Amino acid sequence: MSTITATDAVAPRRRDRRWPPTLPLAIVIVLVACGLFAPWLAPRSPLEGSLGERLAAPMWMENAKPGHPLGTDRHGRDTLSRLLYGARISLAVSVVGITLTGAMGAFIGLLAGFIGGWTDTILMRLVDISLSLPGILIAVLLSVVFEPSFTNVIIVVVFLLWPSYARLVRGETLAIKQQEFVALARVAGCSSLTIMFRHVVPNLMPSILVLATLHVGYVIVLEAALSFLGVGIPPPTPSWGVMVADGRGLIEQAWWVSILPGIAILVTVLSLNILGDWVRDRLDPKLRQV
Amino acid sequence: MFVVSIVVFALVRLSGDPIAIMAPPEASQADIALMRNYLGLDRPWHVQYATFISHAVRGDFGKSVRFRRPAMDLILERYGATLELGGLAVLIVIVIALPVGVYSAVRRGSTLDYAARAFAALGQAVPPFWLGLLLVLVFGVMLRLLPTSGRGTPLHVLLPGITLGWFAVAGLMRLTRSSMLDVLGSEYVKLARIKGLPERTVIWKHAFKNAALPVVTFAALLFVALLNGSIIVETVFGWPGLGLLVIEAVDSRDYPIVQAVVMCLSAMYIGVNLVVDVLYAYLNPRIRYSSS
Repeated sequence: MSTITATDAVAPRRRDRRWPPTLPLAIVIVLVACGLFAPWLAPRSPLEGSLGERLAAPMWMENAKPGHPLGTDRHGRDTLSRLLYGARISLAVSVVGITLTGAMGAFIGLLAGFIGGWTDTILMRLVDISLSLPGILIAVLLSVVFEPSFTNVIIVVVFLLWPSYARLVRGETLAIKQQEFVALARVAGCSSLTIMFRHVVPNLMPSILVLATLHVGYVIVLEAALSFLGVGIPPPTPSWGVMVADGRGLIEQAWWVSILPGIAILVTVLSLNILGDWVRDRLDPKLRQV
Repeated sequence: MFVVSIVVFALVRLSGDPIAIMAPPEASQADIALMRNYLGLDRPWHVQYATFISHAVRGDFGKSVRFRRPAMDLILERYGATLELGGLAVLIVIVIALPVGVYSAVRRGSTLDYAARAFAALGQAVPPFWLGLLLVLVFGVMLRLLPTSGRGTPLHVLLPGITLGWFAVAGLMRLTRSSMLDVLGSEYVKLARIKGLPERTVIWKHAFKNAALPVVTFAALLFVALLNGSIIVETVFGWPGLGLLVIEAVDSRDYPIVQAVVMCLSAMYIGVNLVVDVLYAYLNPRIRYSSS
């Protein structure tokens, strides 16, 4: 018995990892399409409802109203249309947020790793400080300072995620700096700037990319959570988090208002995480612990 | 900690004038000035900060603007509720995540292993606030088994506790599993087996103790997750803890409360990090003097 488990534990998991997992990929593609083409796909306006059609049930239940396949909310707004537009928000927040964070965090990490010395000490201390602040509390405070808005969500995302990029990139930079081609570039007369951006940065890209894909799901949940608490995307904008919050008080009469957007978040994030794992295994398996 | 205090102070002050909320609309300019003076809001910011910090060290965060009671009292009052919730969540996490993680590593490929991994993947994708609502729907509305908001009987803590623990269970389970797998493949585990030690001793004493290292590091993350989670979960379930307190305080621009809660939670957070560092050194003597 014990010998079997022992050999089992040693044998690494072997799976064909050349192609991305199909179903999650398909789901993500469909979602991106939904987000991009929401205005053409949505049967109704996401913001205007008709009061006569309030709290209509999804079509497979009694009380359904024609034209609202997934029912309506308290203001008679079409759930399906709001979900489609919500995909747009999630998409925008994750793309903008992660691009900004990645760029900023990576740049700081690069500076710290490449220059070293005092710069390194100060920047890494900043990372520690940033990590020692409780994230959601800061988000809550920020939202009161700047009124809930899209920009605000982005600030929170950047604030919460930049340390992980800075740390990762710093570590990688330290390793790359030791390699021969960097020394050769210096001998060849390249300036520090050239070495940093022409020689070091391209070698950092895979790890940054992996971290970024792994973060997409996290950012979507974060945005939804902030919006749910009323400190993210302000209603009536159809963010998924806002929708869940809208349905909170209606859970007894109209569960679909809050449960459906939650399922949307769940499916999206699950697919993204699976894809993220795949990208990691493909590009940089040694990041497993990150 | 010092930086935390400055950031908190600055953000809170930037966030708007509490007078605007407290004062009735018909208050005159003179009334408002009087009030401002009473609360010390007319003094320059560095004086306000100095006062704030010197009091804060003594545990005095001033009076709540809204309740007209010392902020610290309110915190202590609510603290128990958060602790109760967090305690249950930690209990759930440890009782479920560690054994299941270890088991699914030891019997990898078994049904339970697959189930655990599916659960972990699902658990990390599910937004906690939505999970809370789902539980309310199923247990509160459909089955009418459990109360869905407020605090009182032991049953009240069940749903929020599960919601809070869920995410952390998934993360810790995954980590325990992968860390156990690493260790189980190592030479000394083989040696322990060759020596003929009982499987139980091999797994728990030799393997698990070494696998616990990354798990302990995760404890710090776990704490953060619980902290952030408790704000959300308390809002969903109307649980009268610190998270709900701070959300309410932010809504009503209740400076002293916000400051006090954020400072207390940050202090707890930093304290836990310290404990984790010490534990870490205990579990892995090699890193004891290596850094700094």
